[in-house]
Amino acid sequence: MADPFLELSDISKTYPGVMALDGVSLSIAHGEVVGLVGENGAGKSTLMKILGGVVMPDKGSIRITGAPFTALTVAEASRAGIAFVHQELNLFDNLDVAANVYIGREPVKGGPLKLIDSKIMHIETKKLLRLLGADFTPATSVAALSLAQQQLVEIAKALSLDARLVIMDEPTSSLTVSETSRLLKVIADLKARGVSVIFISHRLHEVERCADRVIVLRDGRKVGELRQGQISHDAMIRLMIGRSLKSLYLAPAAPPRNEALELDDVSTSTFPEHAVSLKLRQGEILGLAGLVGSGRTELARALFGIDRKLGGEVRLNGKPIAIGSPREAIERGIFLVPEDRKRSGLLLDVSIAENISLPDLDHYTQAFLMQPAPEAENAERQRKQLNIRTRSVHSAAGTLSGGNQQKVVLAKWLSMQPKVIIFDEPTRGVDVGAKQEIYELMRALSDRGVAILMISSDMEEVIGVSDRMAVMHEGRISGFLERDRFSEDNVLKLAVGQSLQ
Amino acid sequence: MLKKDLGLLLLILVVGAIVAFINPRFLSPINLSNTMNLIGLYGLFSIGVGFVIITGGIELSVGSMFALLGVIFIDLLSTYNVNWVLAFLLIVLAGLALGSLHGFLVTRMNLQPFIVTLCGLLIYRGIARFYTEDATAGFAFGTSFPALEWLVAGRTFGIPHSFIAFIIIAVIMGVVLHRSIFGRYLFAVGKNEEAARYSGIRTNRIIASAYIICGGLAGLAAIFLAMYTRSISPASHGNFYELYAIAAAVLGGCSLRGGEGSVLGIVLGTILLRSISR
Repeated sequence: MADPFLELSDISKTYPGVMALDGVSLSIAHGEVVGLVGENGAGKSTLMKILGGVVMPDKGSIRITGAPFTALTVAEASRAGIAFVHQELNLFDNLDVAANVYIGREPVKGGPLKLIDSKIMHIETKKLLRLLGADFTPATSVAALSLAQQQLVEIAKALSLDARLVIMDEPTSSLTVSETSRLLKVIADLKARGVSVIFISHRLHEVERCADRVIVLRDGRKVGELRQGQISHDAMIRLMIGRSLKSLYLAPAAPPRNEALELDDVSTSTFPEHAVSLKLRQGEILGLAGLVGSGRTELARALFGIDRKLGGEVRLNGKPIAIGSPREAIERGIFLVPEDRKRSGLLLDVSIAENISLPDLDHYTQAFLMQPAPEAENAERQRKQLNIRTRSVHSAAGTLSGGNQQKVVLAKWLSMQPKVIIFDEPTRGVDVGAKQEIYELMRALSDRGVAILMISSDMEEVIGVSDRMAVMHEGRISGFLERDRFSEDNVLKLAVGQSLQ
Repeated sequence: MLKKDLGLLLLILVVGAIVAFINPRFLSPINLSNTMNLIGLYGLFSIGVGFVIITGGIELSVGSMFALLGVIFIDLLSTYNVNWVLAFLLIVLAGLALGSLHGFLVTRMNLQPFIVTLCGLLIYRGIARFYTEDATAGFAFGTSFPALEWLVAGRTFGIPHSFIAFIIIAVIMGVVLHRSIFGRYLFAVGKNEEAARYSGIRTNRIIASAYIICGGLAGLAAIFLAMYTRSISPASHGNFYELYAIAAAVLGGCSLRGGEGSVLGIVLGTILLRSISR
């Protein structure tokens, strides 16, 4: 048997506190399409970064057509013919297709003048586009292309690099059904030309349709490999889950009370044709599960007034409310702990105390002048209550660890009168110890009668912490689960849009 | 913050000492008084531009505003015989209006501050030249406005009133920037507009307010400058003053990326810049 194109053996990678990859081995033959599946955080992206030369593995070896490497550099990876088609397209939409395909390595003419030879560029691009069955010309501006067409441009770029292995990361996440089938056909063509493909997707039925072999990762380990004939939706799900969960659950002190927040057919601009209806009760933690990109963050942003909601009604304690800006949400006691705390949650080079007081400065003024003393006192109080580990409340928020930064974001809202708190990925980038503290804080809040909506992509978290769960799929709620029906199996099925029998 | 300001103060003293050593007339009462007058004139609008810079924006049109508002001011007084108090208020209002326009264009129309105020730079001077048919606007021979002249161009104990006005404005603006909620918001918006919005700050309002304040101070400065030069040729009056303001603010510790700066720094920056150019 010929050497496989790519062979990884025993690859490990540790990040501080996390084992991202633990002894993963895999091989890919010429012209083979391999599906790579796993939950968020299973180690797929780390593995791909290693193949792209962006991240060095701690251990293990890589062989490409027999040549051994301990680690790849970006240049070596692309010389070996490994090309990426990223989930977020990296195209310049102010340039035409040909310019995008040849960006950074334009053919030149005119000797020392180094003029761009656009003629050759266009002829070569045209050949590639014909190969891919594209219906646009090299001179088309990228801005005028649909997402699927842009994806083809990325693939053309990969082919122009003479790629032997094309890695596609969630290529279909933004495509329509017909665009997706076209992409799958392109994959089949690539395979016929001897190009290998790694296809990463949450959409398991697409993996089922195009892959020759499926590799399943979980918690940084390869937990299974399905060969042709074994590949099925259920088999993949079974491998992706099937781990005993540590019990994170803290039972509420009292059963949930009245509805605090009710959503009636609320839609956002990301999924204009789908709407969400749900009821959030005082004293409960409602988990909002789903895959990345299922519209959960958009829903949170609309509820907090960052974006306008497209339609539907929101009621707070039974009364319809309109929220046009975060200020209005805050005045009503609806708070958001955002997903990206470094960008949206905190002013990193401002002191902890000033971060905490920012949404509520009126409280710390006298005759329109800021009073630093009560501000520092409150920060000190929050520091004790939330156990924020810092030398002083006057240090910059950016000096804290992830978990402590998240506590500062929380302290902002706890200094006021919360009715509803939306947590978007509350423990992303937070170490294990601080995670548990944050869960305890959430439970303490809900016991005080606060209604909590917790968006989480972390299966362990959403199953372990929620009292009740709603699962979103492509902008709508595909199902609600009570605690007795909590299982990874059920959540994943709903998250990929299946219904539960 | 304090350290940076102290360093600046030291630099001013060193520069002052060197200049005084080379040219002892630098310390003569007349020269000092003139220098103070110029510091006052330049400082007034530098504070406004500094506010805009703290939000992460930029204001390039103040020099042209001086030409436009200046010729209108002189025209109001000498051609239309408007009461000087009214004219004074009208010009400050006009400055506020131009600032509001910039604020509106930047926050509501999402235009780049650089573009908006660069257009202002070109357009206002153009209007001023069109309005006067490119002639020099000045007061007719023999006319005088004693009260107005005393107020904006007079001296008390040898201290020019422009300098006094500057110090008063600087104190007010210092309190606004460093002790009020608005000042906190201004810094928050400049540091991280998105996080500010997520904390419930109406970021558009704050940014627009900075442009409005800047416009108002530019209107005030336009009057002081007009009464200082007493005649205005719209093609050259106030040329490059926007750059002096930006230079003073940046010297004084305002970061062009926003979120940093202090009124004391801007004051010291202006003083340093003026003592160098004397």
